[in-house]
Amino acid sequence: MARRVLVTGADTFWGGRTIQALEADRTIDVIVGLGMEEPSVQWDRAEFVRADQTYSILSRLVRATQVDTVVHTFLLVDSSLASPRRMHETNVIGTMNLLAAAEASGSVRHVIVKSSGLVYGSSARDPATFDEETPRAGRPRTEVERSLVEAEGLVADFAGEHPTATVTVLRFANVLGDEIVTSLSRNLSRPLCPSILGFDPLVQFVHQHDVVRALEFAFHQKVTGTFNVAGAGRLPWSEVAAICGTRLLPLPPVRPDLAAAPLVRAGLFAFPPELGTLLRYGRGMDTRRFSDAGFAYHYTSAGAVEAFARQLRLRKNIGHPRHRYTYEHDVEQFFRHSPAVVRTPAR
Amino acid sequence: MSTRRAAVGTKPSTGVVPLRRTGTAQSELFDPRRSDVDEWGRSDRVRAFARMLSNPVYAKWFRAEWEGLDRIPATGGALLVGNHAGAVPCDAPVVMHGIETELARPVYGLADYWFRTLPFIGTLWSRAGGVPARPDNAYRILHEQGQLALVFPEGVKGPSKPYAERYQLQRFGRGGFVEIAMRAGVPVLPIAIIGSEETMPVLWQVPAVAQALKLPYFPVTANMVLLGPLGIVVPFPAKFRLRVLEPVTFDVPPDQDHYPKSRVMEESERVRSMLQEALRDMLAERRSIWFG
Repeated sequence: MARRVLVTGADTFWGGRTIQALEADRTIDVIVGLGMEEPSVQWDRAEFVRADQTYSILSRLVRATQVDTVVHTFLLVDSSLASPRRMHETNVIGTMNLLAAAEASGSVRHVIVKSSGLVYGSSARDPATFDEETPRAGRPRTEVERSLVEAEGLVADFAGEHPTATVTVLRFANVLGDEIVTSLSRNLSRPLCPSILGFDPLVQFVHQHDVVRALEFAFHQKVTGTFNVAGAGRLPWSEVAAICGTRLLPLPPVRPDLAAAPLVRAGLFAFPPELGTLLRYGRGMDTRRFSDAGFAYHYTSAGAVEAFARQLRLRKNIGHPRHRYTYEHDVEQFFRHSPAVVRTPAR
Repeated sequence: MSTRRAAVGTKPSTGVVPLRRTGTAQSELFDPRRSDVDEWGRSDRVRAFARMLSNPVYAKWFRAEWEGLDRIPATGGALLVGNHAGAVPCDAPVVMHGIETELARPVYGLADYWFRTLPFIGTLWSRAGGVPARPDNAYRILHEQGQLALVFPEGVKGPSKPYAERYQLQRFGRGGFVEIAMRAGVPVLPIAIIGSEETMPVLWQVPAVAQALKLPYFPVTANMVLLGPLGIVVPFPAKFRLRVLEPVTFDVPPDQDHYPKSRVMEESERVRSMLQEALRDMLAERRSIWFG
């Protein structure tokens, strides 16, 4: 059956690349990308719709397009990129609006949510490995974790109230790749990278390529439930820094955020609160459930770091790529809707 | 170098190294690790270094002697349960060192997560095989990975008790160790240890200092009285004897969500009295604290 898909966060790496991956599938009739900014990658046939940060346009959009699948990639997971208020608006209110729209339309049968391992937090009481059922050790202390936990709670409520709908929640480990910029990847690409004196936590990564593949897999296989998505194995932070060729700058274990503040201000590195706890206690995720569902990773954690390091070296040698795609609304509209364009379906 | 080139596939290899492509089976994935730190934070290299450093202490200072080491299985998981004593307990390193050198099997020492919160010490503790004592951690080590784990069910009540109560086993927590062994389907191997109490006899407790320093307890030990601040780190050279007792197995199916609390407490008490009896037996044979 032909499917109709709505992808949120279309302007981010996650949404943009997921749309590209879905476009190749001819069984999908309609792909609508919803984002606050213009898309940063080129799409062949997906349509872009602009929205505000809480996605208030959603119910109208879902009703009008009658989509059967919603891929919700627009959950902010990096607090250095958004204010706490914006994080709450986007993660909690945005998800609430999305689920309300899905419920009201009656057409949505599959919801895929891109969440993060941040919902587990990072503390001394943690188990070495979180599986999908392990509760977090304490209440969330950072806004990003709090809003993600709350957003996931809304999704769980939705799943409970709509047992016939397929609800997939993917909890990703820290993502590395040349296209996606997080505070972690930015730190690793600088000559100096923060660490906390006396701590060398184990961290786990997933390559951006596997991220898109995981979302695509969830879309096609219609797997239900919550899944951790992370490369196999985990590495001490010192080893990660060594592979990436950056030096560690140890911050004092007592209030590292205060010591980091002037350095962050100077633009040396990013040090959001969730990174502070990660660099102390790390986080490990059990990935067997997703593998058992049939997903085959292309990268281990160390493989993802190595691939990222290769990109860094390439970047250092040839500079940043010049040709960046710019979205032109009129041009895109022309290609999609002008009678002048010859369309050859299902090549 | 050759494997790296083959794995990223820049050009087909003509040498003897088989060309590996990423993206087939999980086990075939390119995994360029540089350290040998495992998922628990333990590193074989750090352990080997620690063993090298602690060998003189183990062999010359404590002159540790084992009985019944053959009861520890060569493969498969087992939960080692010991009595815990001495203000800064030397029993865990001695047991881990002994088993790793004699049987060449790694031992994961389960302990309070408090260690993790300490800079440097926490990292070293983890690299040397320390793991926060949590049921899910223990289950993975014992059941899924078939490794040895060492636990002291007395917890801090063991090392913090005064010298007057030496070799009197304290309460065995809430019997959590039995539940873990039941769930993991592994035997419990009690290890009776003598000599540990005399390495750092606790004279009295100073709770105010413990509170100020955020320590679980702060004792004044005989070592501190005799050696001053050096006494915090230098144990007396008491003779260590360790006896591995008969394995305790539980006739229950593994992987259950729930085990009857009465049964758990009963088994916990059985292990405790086995250990207590063995300790009394060994102490009845001991002629000298220093020479065994």
